[in-house]
Amino acid sequence: MVFRLEGVSKLYAMGRRVTVAALREVDLTIPRGQFLAIMGPSGSGKSTLMHILGCLDRPSNGTYFLDGEDLTTKGDDSLADFRNCRMGFVFQSFNLLPRLDAIENVEVPLVYRGVQGRERRRRAERALARVGLADRLHHLPSELSGGEQQRVAIARSLVGEPSVIFADEPTGNLDTATGREVVGLFEESWRQGITVVVVTHEETLARHAERVVRLRDGRIVADELIPQRGEDE
Amino acid sequence: MKLLEFTRVAWRSLRANKLRSLLTALGMIIGVAAVTALVSVGQGAGATITDQIQAMGAHVIFVRPNPREGGVFTLAEAEEIMERVPTIEAATPSLSFRSPVEYRGTSHDTQIEGVTADYARIREITVAIGRFLNADESSRRTRVAVLGPTVASEVFGTVNPLGETISIRGQPFTVVGVTSSRGAAMGQDQDDVVYIPILAGQRLQGTTRIDVIYARARSADDARSAVAHLTAIYQRRFPRPEAVNIMSQDELLATMGEVTQTLSLLLGAIAGISLLVGGIGIMNIMLVSVSERTREIGIRKALGARRRDIRTQFLLEAVLLSLSGGVLGIGLGWLLSVLVSSLAGWRAVLSPAVILIAFGFAVAVGLFFGVYPARQASLLEPVEALRHD
Repeated sequence: MVFRLEGVSKLYAMGRRVTVAALREVDLTIPRGQFLAIMGPSGSGKSTLMHILGCLDRPSNGTYFLDGEDLTTKGDDSLADFRNCRMGFVFQSFNLLPRLDAIENVEVPLVYRGVQGRERRRRAERALARVGLADRLHHLPSELSGGEQQRVAIARSLVGEPSVIFADEPTGNLDTATGREVVGLFEESWRQGITVVVVTHEETLARHAERVVRLRDGRIVADELIPQRGEDE
Repeated sequence: MKLLEFTRVAWRSLRANKLRSLLTALGMIIGVAAVTALVSVGQGAGATITDQIQAMGAHVIFVRPNPREGGVFTLAEAEEIMERVPTIEAATPSLSFRSPVEYRGTSHDTQIEGVTADYARIREITVAIGRFLNADESSRRTRVAVLGPTVASEVFGTVNPLGETISIRGQPFTVVGVTSSRGAAMGQDQDDVVYIPILAGQRLQGTTRIDVIYARARSADDARSAVAHLTAIYQRRFPRPEAVNIMSQDELLATMGEVTQTLSLLLGAIAGISLLVGGIGIMNIMLVSVSERTREIGIRKALGARRRDIRTQFLLEAVLLSLSGGVLGIGLGWLLSVLVSSLAGWRAVLSPAVILIAFGFAVAVGLFFGVYPARQASLLEPVEALRHD
């Protein structure tokens, strides 16, 4: 999956006259299988960039190609299908559904894909086992620690076998040790060939990425490749 | 199969707000119960009235002179009907009055009906023991009597009345039969009656008049033409049109049928207003639910829910609310209608059509009032919804 943004802007109308640009003519290409960190101070447009990449939002101007297809011409349902089948999302506040237990939360993307009961359960169990929560299947989010909740969210993002995971400040609500575990899960997915796009303002997290894109006032101000540490580290 | 999953989610979210869901459903319960109860009470009343009219005898025509308007009938008019109106197969004059009936010191005030032998056939009266008046007795002044079951039990208790002699205004009458029970009609006990030959009745009253002629036609068509025929005859004879009142059972049946039909519809429509109110309650609570669960909608959309999925989800919730309200409402309405009917002495009628209509209305109300909130939910942009706290 190759992402290409060309001259993408996002404008918000604030009141009648004032328009605020969250993104200004951003050009960005993300090759298949890259671990990309998007950094910048708050209000720099990094979340907006991720939302557009993740088809949660549409650009005001410019074009967005996904594997060469122009997404700006697609309808809402096509975007929903893209998100459902090819993308996974992890948020700072976990965003689990509070009334569903862990395994039911993980099953949600499969429900919308139309995967039937037993198969759905099997896949969800496998995804939870992958993040080390095989013994927490029937706990409600309120019964889980922050780190566990975020791992459920990661299992949910992985359960549909996506080509890309978008994570918006995934360690923002976690302590350092738990945050490191979560980052480890992303690295593991990335090693298996999944593109990982992380929005963060933590340099320590960004250090795990292959590439760091820095935003300021809606523009890309830096785009650097990080020299890779040895795989045998 | 998504639908099954959505139903589970909808059920769960209704259960998460038990009191709220119950109160909202209560609006529907009351609405559906009102519709069910009122319509079935209306139908029960209609059925009861129809039964009573039918019990008067099939294709019976009532010819009633009105003395205040100059209408006076004697036995001659009853014979005349038989001679001049070929569509009538039988006719009997009747003279009725109230009088005590005495037997060995017991006295019972009852209705005395002077009739002829044909009366039993015309009014479809059957005899439980003994026999009805015969043609010979009714053409003379023979003092025989046929008792209604109420009189028989009031006057004789457990004694077999056949062959016993009762006294009406000092005259002895021999009991020859007891009729089968006919129940009550229009709040009157039809079994509290004694039948005697018309001539004997006229003698007791000291008159040659009669009150009414019961005539019977072979069919509803014949009854219609007989009514027209009789009207023509009496119009020529009496200067005032109100002098004779002619009414056929078929007409009465049709009129009452229309009246009760209209009544049922009217009651149903009034009750329908409460369904509407219930529906507005559902819409209100669904709008609250949508705004409370904006974030959930955002999450679901991010995870790939299409607009249609979200819409179905919320619509199902509204329908589930109205449907469960509907089911409980039908039960409650049925109980109410049984209660009202038994208090009023009507037949309780709960036709499948009423259940189906009430059920259909409940679903329709849920759909109608659920569409707007569900649409609002489905139109939320994922980013906007996720930002919502």
